[in-house]
Amino acid sequence: MRLQILDSAHGFGTKALFALIRVVSRQPVLDVVKLVKYRPDFYGGPMSAVTQEAMRGPSTWSIGDREFMAAFIANTNQCEFCIKAHSAVAQRAYGDGKTVSAMLSDLDTAAIGEPLQATLLMLRKLTREHAVDADDMRAVLAAGASRQQIDDALAVCFSFNVIGRLADSFGFFVPCSDAFEAGAKYLLARGYL
Amino acid sequence: MSDIRQTRKALVKRILEGAGEASTSERRAAFDNNGLAGPPGALADKVARYAYRVIDEDMTAAKESGFSEDQIFEIVVCAAVGQATRQNDAALAALQAATGKE
Repeated sequence: MRLQILDSAHGFGTKALFALIRVVSRQPVLDVVKLVKYRPDFYGGPMSAVTQEAMRGPSTWSIGDREFMAAFIANTNQCEFCIKAHSAVAQRAYGDGKTVSAMLSDLDTAAIGEPLQATLLMLRKLTREHAVDADDMRAVLAAGASRQQIDDALAVCFSFNVIGRLADSFGFFVPCSDAFEAGAKYLLARGYL
Repeated sequence: MSDIRQTRKALVKRILEGAGEASTSERRAAFDNNGLAGPPGALADKVARYAYRVIDEDMTAAKESGFSEDQIFEIVVCAAVGQATRQNDAALAALQAATGKE
């Protein structure tokens, strides 16, 4: 991490929690956890409330779909940490029926429905160009996504356009896949709070 | 259905108006990506436009300009949330234009 405070300036209770995580998971504490636990009143607390609502709040998108959106947005932002983290969660949420890495590498041939595909294309444009217009939204609606589904997808997009930027800016360490698998189990069981 | 409007509003209010090590004007400038001078301003601009290009030297330059690590932490968070907020607002406006509904 590029800021030492994010690695080592947590309070005693948080450091004890990190030690427990390392023992129980037998993996290093992910840098995203260190970030949200550092001065949590400033960023981690309020941001976790946003992300929990976006990723686990009521929606007709499945949890797997929303985690795949997160991985897809990370892919668009070239954020390696978030790609690996949320691909692992999406894969686990989907089960064996879909291969997330293949879906990410070729959206055109991915075995996903037209509403999700059109939504992802809109999210990619928004993430790359920082703007979309009414015609972009009409295309997603014409593909079968509801207005509420678009709204829900934009919430995911907001969260991961924040988190991905922070991961890259603070220089999150990218650990082995076992660490991401442990993180994925936790996020599916407990969510983002 | 999920709705982040209230939680997003609370996040933005906290980082811009609550207690912090960077001044409220510095945090607002980073959030807006407008008006933060020197290396911290350059860092905020990178975070907003292409965070994957941020390198160690950007952080070092911000520190050497006199910003503490806590101030840089806040500036980076504000820049990231600000950019994502502008994107989200633009997309919600486009959705409203397409559907004619709030």
